Amino acid sequence: MNSATWEGADGSAGGAGGSDGAGGAGGIGGVGGAGGAIARARAEGRAALIAYLPCGYPSLAGSVDACRALIRGGADVIELGLPYSDPVMDGPVIGQAVTAALAAGFRVDDLFEAVAELAPSGRPVEVMTYYNPVFRRGDQRFAADLAAVGGAGLITPDLIPEEAGDWVAAADRFGLDKIFLVAPSSPPARLRLTAAACRGFTYATSTMGVTGARQSLSELARPLVERTRGAGAANVCVGVGVSTPDQAAEVAGFADGVIVGSAFVQRLTAGQDLEAFAAALREAAAR
Amino acid sequence: MTVQSGPYFGPYGGRFVPEALIAALDELAEGYAAARVDPAFAAELERLATVYAGRPTPLTEAPRFAEAAGGARVFLKREDLAHTGSHKINNVLGQALLTKRLGKSRVIAETGAGQHGVATATAAALMGLDCVVYMGLEDTRRQALNVARMRLLGAQVVPVETGSRTLKDAINEALRDWVTNVGETNYIFGTAAGPHPFPAMVRDFQSVIGAEARAQVLSATGRLPRAAAACVGGGSNSIGLFSAFLDDAAVGLYGFEAAGDGVETGRHAATLTAGSPGTLHGAKSYLLQDADGQTIESHSISAGLDYPGVGPQHSHLKDSGRAIYRPVTDAAAMAAFLRLTRTEGIMPAIESAHALAGALDLGLELGPGAVILVCLSGRGDKDVETAARWFDL
Repeated sequence: MNSATWEGADGSAGGAGGSDGAGGAGGIGGVGGAGGAIARARAEGRAALIAYLPCGYPSLAGSVDACRALIRGGADVIELGLPYSDPVMDGPVIGQAVTAALAAGFRVDDLFEAVAELAPSGRPVEVMTYYNPVFRRGDQRFAADLAAVGGAGLITPDLIPEEAGDWVAAADRFGLDKIFLVAPSSPPARLRLTAAACRGFTYATSTMGVTGARQSLSELARPLVERTRGAGAANVCVGVGVSTPDQAAEVAGFADGVIVGSAFVQRLTAGQDLEAFAAALREAAAR
Repeated sequence: MTVQSGPYFGPYGGRFVPEALIAALDELAEGYAAARVDPAFAAELERLATVYAGRPTPLTEAPRFAEAAGGARVFLKREDLAHTGSHKINNVLGQALLTKRLGKSRVIAETGAGQHGVATATAAALMGLDCVVYMGLEDTRRQALNVARMRLLGAQVVPVETGSRTLKDAINEALRDWVTNVGETNYIFGTAAGPHPFPAMVRDFQSVIGAEARAQVLSATGRLPRAAAACVGGGSNSIGLFSAFLDDAAVGLYGFEAAGDGVETGRHAATLTAGSPGTLHGAKSYLLQDADGQTIESHSISAGLDYPGVGPQHSHLKDSGRAIYRPVTDAAAMAAFLRLTRTEGIMPAIESAHALAGALDLGLELGPGAVILVCLSGRGDKDVETAARWFDL
């Protein structure tokens, strides 16, 4: 019951395998990780656009089509959400979409099918998933299956490096990205731990809260990115509460990537043009 | 005495939560570690337990009830007589005092049956804290009386309409609130589950049940009980009872889970009997899940046991064999509910009735003279409507 016990439990998790500055390892399927895509965007004078949609919403084929629209619009990285029954980091927009996907019969096997269809696009596909579906399938098997279809790695919103020993080992074995989150509340020691554990990029949550649109970009975002860089992260991308081109432009001024999710889901639900919106965000993220 | 302080209980426990909460969990763990060794904190908690919550609660032998227990003697630990009508107050007073100590002004809580919500609203009223309670929409309908009690106590009750609209979704929503408002808010978690430090902290605050009961049984019978029995939802009253007996190898520890319509029907909440290891609500533990790791909705007549997860120390106690967990159907629990009411004039909560039903079977197994200690975790006033419907009164 003390922090010494807790720190002592860390062991193998934090240190192994990673710096997000490595540019991202290639998946076995041949698609590079997010680090490479971010570096290419940087070379073009842009922050990378990382676009989220949940797999299986409104249907499996519908979600693949929607992701293709994001790619045509210029998304550098696709963040494909794995629908989960208890999405504690998600606000109502994404929450309702993943609930609908599950109600429509989404299965984890479908995710690998979707990744297989998207991987040939050449854009890295990072799977956003809560940890239990990974643990349930087995970290090694999940990593093997993802690598086999050309997936780039995982973004794990409820997995901290201290608990991620099995996932880190599996990701390292299969050359997958490991993307953990940092938050405005993270103290320096945790930023260092997390930055060192990430490969691909470090995901900075702009605000204290759950996914969903906000009126304005949180003033906590920029200092968090700066502190995370100071803690050793080479690629820091900002998500949670980034939903407009203006906000994307603001984030592009200080971060390596702009992560947009709920705003795409909202447009998908409303039947609006995802490609044009992605293009507007990409344009805004050019420095 | 074996005391495991977390974050791990064997392979279970830990912290499977968003990074945004880690700083708050660290603050809570450190604050609790300091409070735990502060005599002033212990003295204040004991004072409140005595003059406010009504501790120690009595131990009552139930001889007429035990006539159906094969000659065993059944003793009831009367948590139903604690203020607000259940053991939940033990934990809430501790966590509310800790909230004050951390300098926070707002508390949030989840509730299923409403007992933990009522206890939290009560402590918030006592200590002048703002209080928001998340409760699944379905549960607000099933437990309308407790919703009114919480509102009368000044708490805001938020009906949760996401997911299955029950306790598990209320916890999700409370976690979302906490992520957003963590600066001034403390999450008063109701059971011995969730991320570290909750499983150990809630157990510690509930261990008063076992500590008192152990001494009371010794005093009443001159020996330790042959068995200690309690219902298990998330598992706070049971771990509080068990904690006093972990090193007493001769005392069997029995947890009774809600089997709903029967484990074989799939409509149950028997997490340890029929679940498998996974992560839910911040900890690794047994849970009800499908092959994909999606949480399966639980079913029980008892809203307080209607939960697809369980505390990590119970998972460890199950694997180690130190405690035995058995399922009890709605029908068996309701029969025990009526039996206790009519033989002893004590109307138990339906949650507690699962332990009573289990104790009757235990008596038949253990034989004449065996002493069985049952945690009567709450009173049945809240369940009158459900029971009247069940018995067609």
